[in-house]
Amino acid sequence: MFADQISVFLENKAGRLAEVTKTLAGASINIRALSLADTSDFGILRLIVDNNEKAETALKDAGFTVRTTRVVAVEVSDKPGGLLSILEFLDSRKINVEYMYAFVRQKEDNAVMIFRFDNTDSAVEALTEKGFSVIKGEELYTM
Amino acid sequence: MIFNMEFETLPREAIEAIQLRRLKAVVERAYEAVPFYRKKYKEAGIKPADIQTLEDIQKLPFTTKQDLRDNYPFGMFAVPMDNVVRIHASSGTTGQPTVVGYTARDISTWAELMARSLSAGGATRDDIIHNAYGYGLFTGGLGVHYGAERLGASVIPISGGMTERQVLIMRDFRPSILTCTPSYALHLAEAAEENGMDFADFNFRAGIFGAEPWSESMRQEIEKKLHLSAVDIYGLSEVMGPGVAMECQEAKKGLHVYEDHFIPEIIQPETGQALSAGESGELVFTSLTKEAFPVIRYRTRDISSLNYAPCICGRTHVRMTRVSGRTDDMLIIRGVNVFPSQIESVLMQVSQVEPHYQLVVDREGNLDTLTVMVEVGEGAFSDEVKQLQSLQAEIALHIKELLGVSVKVKLVEPKTIARSQGKAVRVIDNRKI
Ligand SMILES: [Zn+2]
Repeated sequence: MFADQISVFLENKAGRLAEVTKTLAGASINIRALSLADTSDFGILRLIVDNNEKAETALKDAGFTVRTTRVVAVEVSDKPGGLLSILEFLDSRKINVEYMYAFVRQKEDNAVMIFRFDNTDSAVEALTEKGFSVIKGEELYTM
Repeated sequence: MIFNMEFETLPREAIEAIQLRRLKAVVERAYEAVPFYRKKYKEAGIKPADIQTLEDIQKLPFTTKQDLRDNYPFGMFAVPMDNVVRIHASSGTTGQPTVVGYTARDISTWAELMARSLSAGGATRDDIIHNAYGYGLFTGGLGVHYGAERLGASVIPISGGMTERQVLIMRDFRPSILTCTPSYALHLAEAAEENGMDFADFNFRAGIFGAEPWSESMRQEIEKKLHLSAVDIYGLSEVMGPGVAMECQEAKKGLHVYEDHFIPEIIQPETGQALSAGESGELVFTSLTKEAFPVIRYRTRDISSLNYAPCICGRTHVRMTRVSGRTDDMLIIRGVNVFPSQIESVLMQVSQVEPHYQLVVDREGNLDTLTVMVEVGEGAFSDEVKQLQSLQAEIALHIKELLGVSVKVKLVEPKTIARSQGKAVRVIDNRKI
């Protein structure tokens, strides 16, 4: 029930983000979702792509520091308070969210949020038990 | 193994007797043959006959790199050019190069001392030595080469550069001893990895590394990545070249200075005052046997100390501690003396950090700032900003604890810090003073 995310270390200087996307495009890899966390001098680019292995190899060959991180994709109903209900639930179970970002779907109505938890296993267990729809990696990469 | 059992294990009194006899002779020769020494000694009111004991060496003025530059190119030679068989020069990165010459006998002495060094480093006549020190005006390549031949080992004269080809040769020729600069050793490890090879599959047993200062923690890093036992060799072209001093494999604790050919001293860099054994200061060398280019009390600008305690290897020659920095590499940051090697040792202690770093000094307003650029490799990379920030903070804290100076730590992408094939560029000083 997990999804793999590719994280890339970036120096905060012009052109690095473009370089990543160029490298991935060159290897015919589609970026499904992307989020950049940055500080004044470095950033971490988080990516959901359609082929993790290929993406990791291409980025490493281009000289980037890359690692794969386990994240959880949860469907959020497209109604007011959709996201709030998940966050309130996580809070009530004392499940800590390290970060999260949105995954944009083209056709469906419902949105998908990508979560990084400090304890992935227990978070997934609690979410499924409560009836939230956790999306499998393979499904996510091709959405 | 001890290459020259007789001379490397002499009792202290015998070493001193040889040193005194040879010191008197070299001072006499320099005075007669080199106008620079004669003029300098006359100005100081010293005559060769004033040297009666080893302590009298302290009466002699120092010789500096600037003196050698002032006499560019051949002014310091003590023999006519028809007796000179080889010329080397140091790189001129910080000014005019310094030029040194050798007679046939000097080359032979150098080969002997390099054979002693390779032997102390673990090499025998059965070994294949992969010699990746640069061949040319730089003394490293040819120094090791002649010593290896004197020892009877097989040399691969690969020189520096063409790293990928070097790795293939290492795989195919199966050399057992590696000689190069420590930074190039790490560069070779990276190149092997990039080409899908591993030093664990090679045949190396020992590595003899020198020509730039390196730290104990860098030794651990090299030993881990290259699967060999790493030892330190010391030398500089002005004094001879590599093979002035060499660490033994038995103790790996300090470098034996070949005292039958050199007198080492440690001085206070600011005052020139002699320091006693164990005290850290600037290393000064007098060559005792060199014919073409004798140097008397040459200030190396390298920081070290001397240890006269007996060594488990059986060699009786004094040991110098590994060079911990250079007096001219020393940065003064807000009044604090900082050696790049100290920063390096901190980085190596912080787990997972690559030993690739660069120090950038700037002046903002009237305040000096030191930025330590550290490459983030896979080991150190975390997906979370706060983890990387705490890595930055940890490095800065350790440096503050060790050196008492606040620094900014900047994480950079791998391989952004330029790798040189020879000496690594560790410091960029942007201050305009
Ligand atoms: Zn020893």
